[in-house]
Amino acid sequence: MKYDAQDCKLVFSQKLTPTIYDFRLQNSALAAVTKPGQFVQVLVPGKTLRRPISVCDVEGDTIRLVFEVRGEGTAIMAETRTGESINIIAPLGKGFDIDPAKKTAFIGGGIGVPPMLYSAKQCGANAVVINGFRSKDAMILSDDFKSAGCRLIVATDDGSFGIHGFVTQPLAEVIKDVEMICACGPTPMLRNISKLAAENGVPCQVSLEQRMACGVGACLGCAVAVKTEDGSVFYRHVCKDGPVFNSEEVAW
Amino acid sequence: MADLSVNIAGVHFKNPIIAASGTIGFGHEYSEFYPLSVFGGISCKGTTLKERPGNPPPRIAETPMGMLNAVGLQNPGVEHFIKEDLPWLKKQDTVAIANVAGSTREDYCRMAEILSETDIDMIELNISCPNVKEGGVQFGTSCESVAAITKAVRAYCKKPLIIKLSPNVSDIASIAKAAESEGADAVSLINTLTGMRIDINTRRPIIKNITGGMSGPAVFPVAVRMVWQVKNAVGIPVIGMGGVTTWKDAVEMMMAGADALQIGTALFTDPYSPVKIAKGLNDYLDAHGMSSVTELTHTVITD
Repeated sequence: MKYDAQDCKLVFSQKLTPTIYDFRLQNSALAAVTKPGQFVQVLVPGKTLRRPISVCDVEGDTIRLVFEVRGEGTAIMAETRTGESINIIAPLGKGFDIDPAKKTAFIGGGIGVPPMLYSAKQCGANAVVINGFRSKDAMILSDDFKSAGCRLIVATDDGSFGIHGFVTQPLAEVIKDVEMICACGPTPMLRNISKLAAENGVPCQVSLEQRMACGVGACLGCAVAVKTEDGSVFYRHVCKDGPVFNSEEVAW
Repeated sequence: MADLSVNIAGVHFKNPIIAASGTIGFGHEYSEFYPLSVFGGISCKGTTLKERPGNPPPRIAETPMGMLNAVGLQNPGVEHFIKEDLPWLKKQDTVAIANVAGSTREDYCRMAEILSETDIDMIELNISCPNVKEGGVQFGTSCESVAAITKAVRAYCKKPLIIKLSPNVSDIASIAKAAESEGADAVSLINTLTGMRIDINTRRPIIKNITGGMSGPAVFPVAVRMVWQVKNAVGIPVIGMGGVTTWKDAVEMMMAGADALQIGTALFTDPYSPVKIAKGLNDYLDAHGMSSVTELTHTVITD
């Protein structure tokens, strides 16, 4: 049995910004098999569809989820109290293919930053982390990346912290020194990173999101357009084929 | 322990719970949760003569107690199904049902002809898909078109034939009668109700296809009503579906007139729902001194 839905106890909860929550869910069996870049499907009381949330980190027997309240479902999730249980299907999807020995750039934009933490940790000092936020107020997880021994570069859209601009600016400066790029964030950001990676001949993996139903590859809801070798486009699925795709196969 | 088995058109199901087409693919993924033998049967993903890429995303939108989908029959084609999926499915100790879709009457007939030469257990004719431009529901919305497609396919179909009905019609009972009169062995209903959601910030429909098929608990009362109306009108078995989520829903749907059930969207909320529904049905029958689940069918009291 590869998939399972299990109750996990919420053992720690913290509000990182007015809309972003940090949850630690205790479940040693699921934590032990969860890999960087994978996600979980969270059951929301009163909602038909589960919420796909990327794994931010795994620490011992806990799975850490850092998520943003975007709608009714995540708002209900955010009301969960420490000690209560959350039912998740986990771990799901194909995560990042990481070689700890390779100098790797991990790039996150906004709520695309959390899945980069567990991923960047694998590379420690070989990780160059570039995080982009709207402003200083939205900045999250900086201390966590630094504690993991990663080199951290922060960019903000409004210049209120770090580099004034997009993540592609610092990436252009360090790209000559990296052998791999892993990225998660808004589609325009991923498209630009993908272009930069291709121009510099650096392999690039991107984590995508799409409205999802089953989470396991059965319903074919979360389609993403990919290119085939003959140039035609067909649909693969974020939940089973992804969420991480080779940037060159995505039909941007 | 009550007897949960049912017989639909000569086919034995160990319980009345069938996975609804489009929600379980060809079974591989959910077999990673539990053995597929927990299901009485599995209705496979809607399959067409040739491979179909499906619709552009987004294909999914949530609705109050339900969802919309417009997957658009993405599937690898019938030959791929027969070669890659069917041999495996036949070993899973559950009734294998092929769900057949097409753009033309000839497509449906050819599919029935091809599948009749395999060891598939039953064929479910999907003339109710709301999410494709050609075919699908256009065959399923008038008595004349349903009678014509049923008659045509019947001539090629050597397997028990289920006609899956659309709820997007004015009188579903007469449509069911039309299918029965041309040789359908059973009917299944309801397919999804056509719906639409709009993102009020972008003014764009959430689903790229603009409209999608609505399913989930919100459609359950509509499904119960239609199953009851159809059961009152036909003599062939009725497979009830539409928002069945709990064992109580299963009991209710059977009381309305269902001889068997399909569950779909409930799998997304709780993958283990078929296991829970089977247990709940059994406990209900035991508690009420009934020895067979068939004793529930069409027992609603309306006087």
